[in-house]
Amino acid sequence: MADLNIDFCGIKSINPFWLASAPPTDKAYNVVRAFEAGWGGVVWKTLGEDPAAVNVSSRYSAHYGKNREVIGFNNIELITDRSLDVNLREITQVKKDWPDRVIIVSLMLPCEEQLWAAILPLVEATGADGIELNFGCPHGMPERGMGAAVGQVPAYVEQVTRWCKQHTRLPVIVKLTPNITDIRMPARAAHAGGADAVSLINTINSITSIDLDRMIALPIVGNFSTHGGYCGSAVKPIALNMVAEIARDPATRTLPISGIGGIQNWRDAAEFIALGAASVQVCTSAMLHGFRIVQEMKDGLSRWMDRQGYQDIAAFRGKALANMTDWKYLDMHYRVIAHIDQNNCIGCGKCYVACEDTSHQSIAQLIAASGKRSYEVIDSECVGCNLCEITCPVQGCITMVPQAATKPYMNWTQDPRNPRAEIV
Amino acid sequence: MFESLKSVESLKSFEALSYLPHPPAPNETLAAQFTDLAPPLTLRQAALESARCLYCYDAPCTRICPTGIDVASFIRNLHDCNINGAAFGILQQNILGGSCARVCPTEILCEGACVLNHKSGHHDAEGQPVRIGLLQRHAIDHMQFEHHPFTAQPSTGKTIAIVGAGPAGLSCAHRLALLGNRVVIFEARDKPGGLNEYGIAKYKLLDDFAQKEVEFLLGIGSIELRHGQRLGGNLHLNALHAQYDAVFLALGLHASGKLGLAGEDAPGLLDAVTYIAALRQSDDLTKLPLPRRALVIGAGNTAIDMAVQIARLGAQEVTLVYRRGVEDMTATEHEQHIAKANGVRIVTWARPQQVLLNGDGQVAGMRFASTEMKEGGLFDTGETFDIAADAIFKAIGQTLGNDVDVQLLQGGAKIVVDAQFRTLTPGIYAGGDCIAPGQDLTVQAVQHGKLAALAIHHDLVSHLEAPSWPT
Repeated sequence: MADLNIDFCGIKSINPFWLASAPPTDKAYNVVRAFEAGWGGVVWKTLGEDPAAVNVSSRYSAHYGKNREVIGFNNIELITDRSLDVNLREITQVKKDWPDRVIIVSLMLPCEEQLWAAILPLVEATGADGIELNFGCPHGMPERGMGAAVGQVPAYVEQVTRWCKQHTRLPVIVKLTPNITDIRMPARAAHAGGADAVSLINTINSITSIDLDRMIALPIVGNFSTHGGYCGSAVKPIALNMVAEIARDPATRTLPISGIGGIQNWRDAAEFIALGAASVQVCTSAMLHGFRIVQEMKDGLSRWMDRQGYQDIAAFRGKALANMTDWKYLDMHYRVIAHIDQNNCIGCGKCYVACEDTSHQSIAQLIAASGKRSYEVIDSECVGCNLCEITCPVQGCITMVPQAATKPYMNWTQDPRNPRAEIV
Repeated sequence: MFESLKSVESLKSFEALSYLPHPPAPNETLAAQFTDLAPPLTLRQAALESARCLYCYDAPCTRICPTGIDVASFIRNLHDCNINGAAFGILQQNILGGSCARVCPTEILCEGACVLNHKSGHHDAEGQPVRIGLLQRHAIDHMQFEHHPFTAQPSTGKTIAIVGAGPAGLSCAHRLALLGNRVVIFEARDKPGGLNEYGIAKYKLLDDFAQKEVEFLLGIGSIELRHGQRLGGNLHLNALHAQYDAVFLALGLHASGKLGLAGEDAPGLLDAVTYIAALRQSDDLTKLPLPRRALVIGAGNTAIDMAVQIARLGAQEVTLVYRRGVEDMTATEHEQHIAKANGVRIVTWARPQQVLLNGDGQVAGMRFASTEMKEGGLFDTGETFDIAADAIFKAIGQTLGNDVDVQLLQGGAKIVVDAQFRTLTPGIYAGGDCIAPGQDLTVQAVQHGKLAALAIHHDLVSHLEAPSWPT
């Protein structure tokens, strides 16, 4: 079986699957259950200064799919609502009992150096493997000048990171907020401040839904609501892009990344790793299904690695990055055309109406004498947009067939149609 | 107890069964045999089932529906918690959508056409259609309208007579009323609903649903229902034709086919529809006459309904006999499965030859001639066999009877109409099972009624003067 061990900026973990700083890692009881289930590590739910934060009721809401499956998840829970002392004692004990598992301690404090200087030795004394700076929490804490309020200002990110590096020998991971325009800016700032790694994404500002009878957003607290942080499967595409942005950025490409955002299964994890993540963190999926999901994640990942001939995680880490480029370097001569396998077509007409109404009118509806409908691609009209393939409910029925190249590679910078073509 | 059957001409043949024993089980046990054959979906089931619909474009389920219900649209509304919107969409096309959801042979209509059935190729289609019938029922069962969902248009001043308060007549009446016309429905029996009230297997249409549906339908207003009005009896087509602006004949087929054998009137031999009507109207099933051994002659859905219901009442041997092969049966495969699941024995390739009687002149069984197909024709093989039975139920098809002006039949067995449901006589229209070619489907009758109403309205209003322009 493939080797799932990783070395994340010097932190050794028996597998790349960590639980993100969140309710599942709130206390020893949960963390021990997670380790028993097989998680390689946890990022302990964010510690702050005493007195501890106070949470409200209710706290979560969801964005549902057709079958009430949770697509996205929203929360307004703050950082730990237990005292620093209790948390530190529990961390010490759990680390002692589970020496082969990673415990990272998430921290959030106001931007005052002495506060960080005071807490870091206490964290170090627990035996924890590293710290993660929570610059991402988008609800509640920013109103107090913490969380995303820090993460959204690169100068603060750099400053606090530098303080931490000065006051602890532990690896410092900076957790980034996605609620910003260009994720590369805070990542560069963290790097400049001396961060050992970044982790991303934290949650995205969100309102999942409205109770239309009461006219209150969810989750409801009394007669009011507030925006929360969005996570779960729906945010994965956003997270993947941000991970890739940092991994591709010449300024930060050497910075280890812990990928977070909607990871539900081994495939999601493999995708983050393929875009450069060195470890992955999971929260929502565990909250929906329990810690046991790590079993299938480990099994699926290692079997896939075996099939692919990848002996360890590093063997495929970042492998998809080489195939990521800017739009302007895409081949303008490349062409695919949709093909409908008539044997597999069930005649639902979804490709037809999608193309007819919203794309390029490239599918013909043919009506047989019997009334039976069939659908055929008009090759000359098809621009190869993939819409029909996406709408088709039958996997593999519509394929996008690459056409033999008739002309050599030519990108937009070389294209005579580009009025601002670069002189190459 | 069978008061409401008093208008059934064949009541005599039912009363003649009085020598038979009664079901041994208590009424509650029997009643449990006649609960929903296909139980309604729970909210969660409806949510899951509606999620399965692909929302096809130009969907085959809608194309095959005789009333053209936009299935994909109502299911999407249903899934989006817009129950009234779903119900409205169904009722717009089919005002009897509630009973059609229960009695339609969906396996050969919408569900049979569902793309999820698709089995050719190597794809991952589910092989199971969306359960459209149950979803339609869910929408209608859960709709909550404060008022009747349709508003009648301004009055045309026209009044139309409709003969028959079955699905075709009711559908026509509702659509005519919607278009601003007054309607008087003349019905021979004590209750409206036609086959929905009297002819459908009890476990398919429960809880007085047919009456509730009629009550809902009448909510549009402008429809008067007169009972005890029998064409050829106290009702005359000429008089209706003279008195009303138009007449719509929705007579159904109330006469049963004959075997043409001696002993056909013997006690113990009767039409299946007569027994089914009595069963449906009974509020104490223990009082029904029950043969220990029953024979059902026929191969349609009525034959299956009869066989299954008598089996569920407690008959020990139920045999359905058909003169041709299983593949020729008009009962759908789904119906045949129901029969088999209820212990009904199906005997094919056998033609009724002689009614066997006991010493008292009552039915004791039937002699059958074995048949075979030869050179494209059905022939006796020369062999015969007997099946002992305490009662024989005929389900060999229904006919129009003798009450209709032969001129309307043009030499055929049913009323002849054009594409607009006009008979040969101007001002007289017809639809439902009584016209040729009828399909013997409730949903088809509803569509006839709807289209006939549009034709009648069009023919009438085209003679109206244009309203004066408001100044």
